[in-house]
Amino acid sequence: MLEHILRRMGFGASPAELAAWKSVPIDTVIDRHLNYESMTTDHDSKIGRPEYVGITTSAGRPFSPNTLINDARQRWLFRMIHSQRPLEEKMALFWHNHFATAYSKLAGAVGQERATRLMDNDPSSLAGSPAGQIQVLREYATGSFPGMLLAMAKHPAMIYWLDSQLNTRTRPQENFGREIMELFSLGIGNYTEADVYAAARVFTGYNWQLVGDRASNDTSYYTFLYRPNDHDTNAKTFTFAIYPDGGKTIPARAAAAGEQDALDLILALARHPATAQRLAQRLYKFFVNETSEPDTALVNAIANSYLGNNYNIKSMLRTLFQSSQFRDPANFFQRYSWPLEFVARAIKETGWTGYSVNSAMTPLTNMGQQLYEPPDVNGWATGPDWISTSSMLSRMNFSAALAQNQRFNLARDAQPYRGSSDRVLEYMLARFPSMGFSTPATTAMADYLRSTAWTGTDAQLQARVPGLTRLIVGSGEYQFN
Amino acid sequence: MSYSRRQFVKGGVTAFTFGFAAPQAICDIAFAQGAAARNIVVVYLSGGNDSLSTIIPYRDANYTTRRPTIAIPAANVLQIGTDPSGVELGLHPRLTGLKSIFDAGRLAIIQRTGYANQSRSHFTGFDIWGTASVSNTSGTGWLGRYLDTQPSPVDPLVAWNTQRETPRPLMARLVGVPAITSPAAYQFSGANTGTEATYERTAQTRISSHIPVDRPHLAFVNSTTQAALSTLDRVATVATYRPANTYPTNGFGQALTAVAGAMNKQIGTKVFWVQTGGFDTHATQGVNQGAYFNLMATLGDGLKAFYDDLSAQGLLGSTLVLVYSEFGRRISENGSAGTDHGAGGNMMVLGGAVRGGIYGSAPNLSLDPANPTLENNAGDVKYETDFRSVYAKILDSWLGSNSVSVLGADYRSGAPGFI
Repeated sequence: MLEHILRRMGFGASPAELAAWKSVPIDTVIDRHLNYESMTTDHDSKIGRPEYVGITTSAGRPFSPNTLINDARQRWLFRMIHSQRPLEEKMALFWHNHFATAYSKLAGAVGQERATRLMDNDPSSLAGSPAGQIQVLREYATGSFPGMLLAMAKHPAMIYWLDSQLNTRTRPQENFGREIMELFSLGIGNYTEADVYAAARVFTGYNWQLVGDRASNDTSYYTFLYRPNDHDTNAKTFTFAIYPDGGKTIPARAAAAGEQDALDLILALARHPATAQRLAQRLYKFFVNETSEPDTALVNAIANSYLGNNYNIKSMLRTLFQSSQFRDPANFFQRYSWPLEFVARAIKETGWTGYSVNSAMTPLTNMGQQLYEPPDVNGWATGPDWISTSSMLSRMNFSAALAQNQRFNLARDAQPYRGSSDRVLEYMLARFPSMGFSTPATTAMADYLRSTAWTGTDAQLQARVPGLTRLIVGSGEYQFN
Repeated sequence: MSYSRRQFVKGGVTAFTFGFAAPQAICDIAFAQGAAARNIVVVYLSGGNDSLSTIIPYRDANYTTRRPTIAIPAANVLQIGTDPSGVELGLHPRLTGLKSIFDAGRLAIIQRTGYANQSRSHFTGFDIWGTASVSNTSGTGWLGRYLDTQPSPVDPLVAWNTQRETPRPLMARLVGVPAITSPAAYQFSGANTGTEATYERTAQTRISSHIPVDRPHLAFVNSTTQAALSTLDRVATVATYRPANTYPTNGFGQALTAVAGAMNKQIGTKVFWVQTGGFDTHATQGVNQGAYFNLMATLGDGLKAFYDDLSAQGLLGSTLVLVYSEFGRRISENGSAGTDHGAGGNMMVLGGAVRGGIYGSAPNLSLDPANPTLENNAGDVKYETDFRSVYAKILDSWLGSNSVSVLGADYRSGAPGFI
């Protein structure tokens, strides 16, 4: 139960973390994860310290997570492994997939430094610079959904990603207007093409601008800009209610007041029951179970918590995490681990001394999940779609490389059990929790440990314990969360 | 995107699992299916290709007036003659390689392909082209359904996806298509080296050979692992392939090198999926340089290298390449010197058995709303040839399949005679 909660509300636990949580009542474990606001935010100050997982800087550059995308990727994986607020990172990943925006398009337009800031800038890194898109998602991670929708609509990363800067009164461009309904809120089937055109007109005038020292890629940055002259001031009529009184028409407004159009539409989208259902379903699949049909009662309860609590995300999460279904052992390991979940958990459970998160970057790409680079605005194809022959090879080979890197630590941990290969196996299966292996599978592992006669020497432990680690972490059984 | 796949795992994983051949039988099957067997290479241009910049009706006055900054000047196009309706056409100037294939009579250009009420959404559009259905876009793909008709047990390498994700067209009920982005990287590495590494591989193979019927999702993952482990050695032979000619070093060129290698090494693959992206050119398409010019360089140079390679090896006669995109783009350029999402576009087919030439008629780009070759108030190209009739022709006349059952309807009548 404890391990399940730590996997789902975070990215698993190291043996030491698990030991520390053991004495804490389950309700408290959940509460501390959910209400993480009181937990420290000092994770970035731990980067580079020897007791934590390592990072690798680019040649000749200091670690620059706000301006170099590979460093940003390392910072985020570091946080997933070491943050005292794991749910914050988990939700940031969930929302990254929901508002899927790809760095490469931004970098092609504005260069790597500015594009990295657009994705995940820490505002404290440069006076005046706004939070990057993922940092905004962290800030809203368990907060107001309409607030988050608006923040995304106005975020310069989203502006450029979905061409809002091209969407003007004379040449409306439907890219963002379509996706905010199709992917970010209502879902397909709950709006018409006419609504798409109306939504495009709502967001006319939303633009971005370069601020700061424009000559420097490192110290200039993009901010939101509303251009009244580009805004379509006519009324916009939708097929669904925009206002609580049932009114479907956003009234004609002066250009200077035109930004209000988007607020009206976003609130309507957030209030729509289809949005509540869609968010509830997605959260259910992310946190409870994605291998069978969703539990309608719980999904409805989550949706109702949202509708009844001012469209607040934490209300949904509270209902979800406090439900009996969340703790039902029948739902354990009923999700396909996302590559990031798999990698972070494997590192936490295997160990990290002398390991750099940079070593996980290419494997993650090969597993199909490069941070800040979802394949398209629809996000990653999750569930069984994570699994292909090449992604399984990547998962297996990552396991091998990690185990190889940690061979001395792993062998040392197994020393107390060296007298018998079966005891080593027993210890290792407990250390790496999974949905459970069949007898033929554990027999294959036992036989592996005895590929040559079992001696339990240091040399043998240093070969077979890492070997067994890769077999377990690379197994089908371990790919579920 | 993933919904139907989940459904498939729930409903059909047992069949999927046992549809795979046991490893020892695979080489025999591959041999029996034979190197002489015909194959198809599908090249998908991701993002919605601006067909009017690929195949250019350069004498149409409206082409120039509606595209003031991005029209390719008539003097620069590579002329390929006139289509059946008398419209003079030219290839994009950077498509010199395709021009030579066209001149050799091995490139068929099919103009104005699409379907009624064409979707302007990338995702819906891709799924419609993938499923060959406008009503059920979350089901299996047309190539996947073709693979499902292969006699059991099916060799896991019957198809080869060069992308990481399984695209909709390859989604099958009974066959899991391996994703092999790079033959050289497609390997199993050890936590140890030498004999100890061999022990690991043996054990991992044994662990994954357990396919529990009561745990379908685990069965799915384990059978995928099995498919990977059982095909490693054959894929490794592909990694040793060294083409005699030079391919572009970009991803598209490398993917085509792998495809040619698979053919050269006779591993028995019948369906290959290759794609190249960047076609969502909403802004700054360029003319004699720039974004679209570079896209054409990637496409044309890659296909030409592939064509020359196969030609030199005598493999051209067993190969058919189909090129398509999810939609064409808006006729008039937008305010950003690019083009927005449109409707009808061109398909291309090339190969040793292809009857080259121009099929179908070009659109008339006149702004008259009644213009029958256009739709959306003369904004977009209206389709003339249903894309499924092209699929039907390939299924029936090339792959020896039954297009009516694979496509779920009869599209044979409108098919151009490119084979």
